[in-house]
Amino acid sequence: MELFVFVCASVMVLVGALGVIVRKHPVHAALSLVLTLFGIAVLFVAQSAEFLAAVQVIVYAGAIVILFLFVIMLLGVDKAENLQIEPLTGQRWIAGVVGLGMVGLLTTAVVSGSDVLRLRGLGIASSVAGENADANIQQLANSIFSDYVFAFEVTSVLLVVAVVGTVLLARRRTGKGIA
Amino acid sequence: MISLLAVDPVLNGDLLWTPLLIVVLKVLVVFVTGLVATMLMVWFERKVVAGMGNRIGPNKAGPFGLLQTLADGIKLFFKEDLVPDRADPFVFKIAPFLSFVPAFLSFSIIPLGGDFRGDKGGLVTWFGHTTRVQLADPSIGVLFTLAISAIAVYGIMLAGWSSGSKYPLLGSVRASAQMVSYEAALGLSLAAVILVSKTLSTSGIVIAQSSIGNWNVIATGIVPFFIFFIAATAELNRPPFDLVEAEQELVGGFNTEYSSIRFSLFYLAEFMNTVTMSALMVTLFFGGPQPISFGSTVLDIPLIPNGLEGSVWLFLKTLVFLYTYVWLRATLPRFRYDQLMDFGWKVLIPSSLGWFMLLAAQRLGRNEGWNTIVVTGASVLVLVVCYALLQRSFAVSSKQREAEGSMF
Repeated sequence: MELFVFVCASVMVLVGALGVIVRKHPVHAALSLVLTLFGIAVLFVAQSAEFLAAVQVIVYAGAIVILFLFVIMLLGVDKAENLQIEPLTGQRWIAGVVGLGMVGLLTTAVVSGSDVLRLRGLGIASSVAGENADANIQQLANSIFSDYVFAFEVTSVLLVVAVVGTVLLARRRTGKGIA
Repeated sequence: MISLLAVDPVLNGDLLWTPLLIVVLKVLVVFVTGLVATMLMVWFERKVVAGMGNRIGPNKAGPFGLLQTLADGIKLFFKEDLVPDRADPFVFKIAPFLSFVPAFLSFSIIPLGGDFRGDKGGLVTWFGHTTRVQLADPSIGVLFTLAISAIAVYGIMLAGWSSGSKYPLLGSVRASAQMVSYEAALGLSLAAVILVSKTLSTSGIVIAQSSIGNWNVIATGIVPFFIFFIAATAELNRPPFDLVEAEQELVGGFNTEYSSIRFSLFYLAEFMNTVTMSALMVTLFFGGPQPISFGSTVLDIPLIPNGLEGSVWLFLKTLVFLYTYVWLRATLPRFRYDQLMDFGWKVLIPSSLGWFMLLAAQRLGRNEGWNTIVVTGASVLVLVVCYALLQRSFAVSSKQREAEGSMF
């Protein structure tokens, strides 16, 4: 059963990822991205991380890709891109090399850290398997709001800074206004 | 996948034919209930709006015009199915399903009945198996609804874009901006409920509201309920937030180019969502299928067995909200777009955040044994300072925009 779910979800993820690269129309590419995000959500559920799955759908599929689509529709980037033109010279070579490097790094990380990963997974599974259906969320809340509260708050400050920065940069400076 | 559903006690132990049959039966019942409820809701809305406008409303098909929706549906199914030339065919065809399927999915987590007297906690026994009268009871519960309503945005957005026409596009851009904005307020007011009932699962939330004093509408202090109600109305694109289909400005909104069965799917999804949202509000704030009870005296509906009474209560409570929605539609004029956005971002989101903070402070104070009056006073003080800062920032920004020559 678990293998079946894994295979289906992986196919979703891979087809979606391929679609993002291959589809010429930006809206179709964004929709393929949604497929990938859904596949990842299904994988989260299969790992009994339901909360992460829900957040994945709410935040990524429900907010971020919607914003992508919004920009695509509002700016009218409705036409297929001409793939012959290369805006930055040598961009494709560099992208290929960096992509391969990432694959290499990830593979090494997974292979060398597989023992640790399995142990952690068992820990989560054992506490989730009990009677308490909310164990998963309680664990998550405990680690975010007590052990890693500083990192969490710093991340939110970073996001606020990013928003304020974007607003400042996007503002038109007309006349003598304080900007 | 199994773990997502395993909270339902019927699926514990070996998988036999009877549990499987019960689940299939539940799927059928939920689907049919959804369809019939939608059909009756369309009739109910037309009839009540007609009554408020001093008209008669549908009265030809069936007794009291009850079958009018069915007749309309059959007519729609037999009409020609058009795909505009400039449409994006694949997205155009898939969009109605993207709004229809989520409408049914979110209905599946609502507790539809059960016996909540004593310690039964909503469990009923069917064919020798203990189960809940609800299709799925995932541990993420209400978050599932939020996730599903996030998906429902795609249906509207893609329908408008793929039509290849400007009015539907404008309608869908409006709709998605509105739904994304009000989802934030919706989620924040939900957080208050979760804080009070200490669980995400819908059945757990219902079980926690055993008598009127425990109903979340009182336990969270009414404000989250009003915020949730307003945000839900905006999320449903119902009047007074129906800018999506402002016919004076946008022809028919995102579904202008749709006809036949695809149009009826959008229509169905809209009314289905109204029913689901009302039922969800009852579940979250008004005890769901719990009978109305003051302390230990329980109001009992005579002649109906206890096992069925939950469904009756849920129906009655949901009906109140459905009526309110129709009432709003018949009486309130539509918002202007900038008013809509201002209301969502400047009023609903700050007030739901503030109220959430107040509730959290109360909870912490009770756990730590602090003086309630001091805790309340301190948090109110913080809120007042925040409110003053917020008002100040609004004043500064509007002054600047005026200096730049903007209208609003």
